[in-house]
Amino acid sequence: MTIFEQLITSFIASAAFVIIFNGPKRSLFHCGLVGMIGWILYFLLEANGVDMVLATVIASFSIAIASQYFAKKYKTPVIIYSVAGIIPLVPGGIAYNAMRNFVQNDYNLAINLAAKAFMISGSIAIGLVFSEVINQIIRKSKLKTIVNKSQ
Amino acid sequence: MEMERQETYDIMAVCLLAGKIMLQSGAETYRVEDTMMRIAASFGAHQSHPYVTPTGILFSVEGDEPTKTKLIRIIERTTDLEKVASVNGISRKISAGEYTIEEAYKQLKKISESGSPYSLWIHVLAAAISSGCFLIMFQGSWGDFFPALITGGLGFLSLLYFHQLVPIKFFSEFSASLLIGLQALFFVTTGIGEELDKIIIGSVMPLVPGLLITNAVRDLMAGHLISGLAKGADAFLTAFAIGAGIAVTFSFF
Repeated sequence: MTIFEQLITSFIASAAFVIIFNGPKRSLFHCGLVGMIGWILYFLLEANGVDMVLATVIASFSIAIASQYFAKKYKTPVIIYSVAGIIPLVPGGIAYNAMRNFVQNDYNLAINLAAKAFMISGSIAIGLVFSEVINQIIRKSKLKTIVNKSQ
Repeated sequence: MEMERQETYDIMAVCLLAGKIMLQSGAETYRVEDTMMRIAASFGAHQSHPYVTPTGILFSVEGDEPTKTKLIRIIERTTDLEKVASVNGISRKISAGEYTIEEAYKQLKKISESGSPYSLWIHVLAAAISSGCFLIMFQGSWGDFFPALITGGLGFLSLLYFHQLVPIKFFSEFSASLLIGLQALFFVTTGIGEELDKIIIGSVMPLVPGLLITNAVRDLMAGHLISGLAKGADAFLTAFAIGAGIAVTFSFF
């Protein structure tokens, strides 16, 4: 039940974000899908005791792969899909808690949380860049001919 | 000679307009530079150097005559992914040789003058719904769904309103997040909402600079150090404004 709930809300939240960013109407559904894939991966990994940072890297990596797939298929810039997918992963909650502890003069806990938020935003970026690097390697390597033949 | 010079200037005008629209709509720096170079190359200017920063574009085209350089200033930046996609589409068509310089300029002008594909209320509605959904995603209870919906929607509306009132981003973000904090506090003290933290986190999400952070890191990795740092500073300032707004709420609490 929880997973079902998470699937639906993450889909709607990602698609709604594309509307906020004035994204093209025809890509709303795909953006929602990308966001859903990323969030559910993160959610399941985290629920099964995987470290938050690692879970974020894996989720953002798969988001980037899914976005590149859609971008190639529909000839739209990658950024439209990846932004929608990444929004749920942004460590808003941790950053908020860090801020709250700063205000309440609990600096030790605040710095702890801030470092965690920083690590997570860094791992989102690493996941994204990693998949882009792999994508470029594939494009430049000999695989290109195979991919071209199969198309 | 005169004709040729005029044509180079026309090519530059098309490239700069395309670059300006993309940069103002929130595209990554490398995409802007790449698009400008591609357009210039498909119109016959093979040696071109775009230099793109978040606040301006420098563009120079080399040819037989002395190098020509133009500069445009970018002041207002928004997020409009539809425009990024449209300019991308036009650049593809130019590369395929489907447009002349004049036609391309007209098409780009049309894009630059077009408004948002969604109305204000749809934006607010989207922000409200996403706030509610984020609350559930962050393990909030369904009882808090409605308070988060209202808080997020009104918070986003106030962001747009304050931005119109005073065109300083920091101020509008600070005021919007302050309002979100106060609303959440209101819902919790009246007993309509339960968890203050969850409601605030969910409602603040539409203001969070996710696109900026992503773009900043991508620019840095791609070697556009100045753009990356500038966007990172922008994102940090936004995050700080949101945090400060919420922090003020806690002092009432």
